[in-house]
Amino acid sequence: MKFRPRRLITPIALIAVWEGAAQAGVLSPDKLPPPSKVAEAAWRLTLDGSLGLHLLESVERAALGLLIGGLLGLVLGAVAGLFRNGDDLVDPPVQAARMLPHLGLVPLLIIWVGIGESLKVSLVALGAFFPIYLNTYAGIRDIDERLVEAARTCGLTQLERIRHVVLPGAMPSLFLGLRLAFAAGWLSLVVGEQVNGQSGLGFMMMEARDFSQTEIVVLGLIVYASLGLLSDLALRTAERRTLSWRRGLKAS
Amino acid sequence: MASRPEGVVTATGVRRVFGGTTVLDGVDLRIEKGEVVALLGESGSGKSTLLRILAGLDEEATGEFTTSGSTAVVFQEHRLLPWKRVAENVALGVRGGDAPDRTATALEEVGLADRGRAWPSELSGGQSQRVAFARALVREPDLLLLDEPFGALDALTRLKMQALFGRLRARHGFAALLVTHDVEEALLLSDRLLVLDRGRIAEEIEVDLGRPRAVDVPGFNELRRRLLALLHVPADPEE
Repeated sequence: MKFRPRRLITPIALIAVWEGAAQAGVLSPDKLPPPSKVAEAAWRLTLDGSLGLHLLESVERAALGLLIGGLLGLVLGAVAGLFRNGDDLVDPPVQAARMLPHLGLVPLLIIWVGIGESLKVSLVALGAFFPIYLNTYAGIRDIDERLVEAARTCGLTQLERIRHVVLPGAMPSLFLGLRLAFAAGWLSLVVGEQVNGQSGLGFMMMEARDFSQTEIVVLGLIVYASLGLLSDLALRTAERRTLSWRRGLKAS
Repeated sequence: MASRPEGVVTATGVRRVFGGTTVLDGVDLRIEKGEVVALLGESGSGKSTLLRILAGLDEEATGEFTTSGSTAVVFQEHRLLPWKRVAENVALGVRGGDAPDRTATALEEVGLADRGRAWPSELSGGQSQRVAFARALVREPDLLLLDEPFGALDALTRLKMQALFGRLRARHGFAALLVTHDVEEALLLSDRLLVLDRGRIAEEIEVDLGRPRAVDVPGFNELRRRLLALLHVPADPEE
C-alpha cells in the first residue's frame, strides 16, 4: 500500500487535542498527563539508560518465548500435518488444550514454575505455540493434492516433494501463523510482566504506578504498542519478499 | 518371455474397485513404441482411472501392468507450482548438469522460449498448458500419458494445441495414451482408438487416415459416426 500523508491528519489532530485538553486543565495530570510530559519522561529514561535496559529485558523474554513456542508449534504442526500417525497422536490433545485460555493459566504456572523469568517466557511460548501449530497444520493440509501428484509424476522423492511442494505451499499460512504468534506473544508478555518483575517494561510500569508517575505508565503502553507494530511491519516485509510469486496472483 | 517385442505399455486384467463399485473390470491394453492411442468413453467410464494407474498414481489397482522406459504425464489442469518460475517448473525433478539447457530447449519447442522467468500466474491458460507439455517433454518420455490435456482450453487454443501436439509427436516419436471425450480430437491425433465401456475395452478401431490429417479427409465422418454410436450419442439431431 502506498503511503498517503493524508492518513497522518487524524492521529496528529488527536494528539493535539489531548495536549490541549491537558494544558487547559480538562484532564487531570494524575489521570492522563499530556503527550509532552510522556515525551519528556521518555527522553529522561532514555538518557539515564533505564528505558533501554527494561526494553532489552522485555525483548529478550519475548524472543526466547517466541523461539521456544514457535519451534514447538512448527515441529508438532509439521508432524501432525505430514503424517497420519502424527495427526492421530498429536492433534487431539493440542485441539483440546487450545480451548484453554492460556492467560488464565497464570495461577497454575506460578505454582509450577514460580514467579521468575520462567513464568514470563512460558506464557509467551504458550501464546506463540497455538497459532504456529494451527497454521502449520492447516497450511500443510490445504495443499492441493493435485500438485503433489504432478510432482510425483515428475519423479520427485517424498523428501523432494516436501521441499518443493509442501513447504512452499504452506508458507502463506505459516506467515499468518507467525503474525498471530507475535501478537499473542506480546499480549502474553504484558500479562506475564505484571507478575513480580525486577526488570522489564511491565516492572517499569508497575513501579511508576506505585509512585503515581502516570506519564511512565503511558510511556510503557506506547513502547509495547510500538514493539507490536514494528514486529508486524518486519514480518510483513519478510512475507512480501518470500512470497513474491503471489504478487501476480493478486494482480490478476 | 513374450514372443512379441515388449510394448511401451503392457497391461492385462487391470481391475479397480472403489468402495463397492467396479470401475475397471479386467482391462487389457498394449501400446507399441511410438504409437498414439486414444482412450474414449462416457463420463465415469474409468478412462482417467486407467491413466492414473499407468502413471503409478493408484496403489490399489490389481492386475498386471508395466510401462517400459520413461513416462511423463500431462493433466487437464496445468498443475504448475505457483511458487516456482516457469523454467523451474519445467526442470522439476530433472537431474544432471544439462538440465538448464534441456529446459530451455523444451520451452523453445512449445514456443515459450522467452517466458522462463515468468511466474505461472502471469500466463494464460493455453500458455500454462504449453509449459505443462514442456515439463513432460524435458523428460524425453517414451510414453506420454495425457488426461484430457486440451479439455479446459477454449476452442481456438485447443486447435492450436492439437497441432502443436502433432508436431511434437512427429519430432520426438513418443508413444502416447490420450484420454479424451472429444471424438474429433481422438480421430485427428491417434493411430488407434479404444472405447471403454462398463469397465472393459468395448471396441478397438485402427485409424488409417494418413498424416497430417484434417477433419475433411475421406473416411473421417464414417469413423466419427461409428464412434458416437459406440458412445451412445446420436450423430444426427433427428435421431
